Amino acid sequence: MKGSFWRYAVGGALTGGANGLFGGGGGMIAVPVLERTAGLPALRAHATAIAVILPACIVSGIVYLWFGLVPLSVFLPVSIGVAAGGIAGARLLPHVSASSVTFLFAALMLAAGMKLVMS
Amino acid sequence: MSFLVFLLCGFAGGLLGGMGMGGGTALIPLLTIFCGVEQGAAQGINLLAFLPMAAIALRIHAKNGLLAKEGLIPLILPALVFSALGSLLAAWLPSAALKKGFGAFLVLLSFLQFKSAFACRKAEKKQA
Repeated sequence: MKGSFWRYAVGGALTGGANGLFGGGGGMIAVPVLERTAGLPALRAHATAIAVILPACIVSGIVYLWFGLVPLSVFLPVSIGVAAGGIAGARLLPHVSASSVTFLFAALMLAAGMKLVMS
Repeated sequence: MSFLVFLLCGFAGGLLGGMGMGGGTALIPLLTIFCGVEQGAAQGINLLAFLPMAAIALRIHAKNGLLAKEGLIPLILPALVFSALGSLLAAWLPSAALKKGFGAFLVLLSFLQFKSAFACRKAEKKQA
């Protein structure tokens, strides 16, 4: 635990820092940290990552609100859509090939990321 | 009209987020590339729009005993401090720089996502 304390601390700092700076994605850092440092299996690591991300998102969300970065006219329709889409996605997941969806999504992320870097 | 477009973008982002894709980053490029929303605004919306879903998921996981306590506190405390610092930096940076930085972050995350796709395919093959 002594040696791993710093690995947790650095992992937590990276998770929170990236999540706050870019408004998401911290979970994808927290999961491998939990898998490697705490030795958790994938499912437990994903579940526990939410416990790290949720309070970090609340803190960041307050800062974004404080600086007036969240326009309500966009937030309202988007959040309604997110709630409906989230339920649909969770229901759909057992019926699709997870690896194919993940491949497809990784390719889209790569394309969108490169477009933004070159914008 | 734009209400409907935003609703659909939210639905698409929620759909992918609900399937655990990209750690909830899908919504941000959908909003900036297709709806012309400012980078910082899209990030703030993403942070807040997923809170209810994350809270529900956390409750279900807790009920199913999936939460590990090991390392949770040393992980959460620095995460909180740095999430405040990261958000302040996001509010301070010019929108164009934030957009480029986010793009680079997305490219990095896509590598992690490819890796998890390969791991997933391997597990599926084992089951079959």
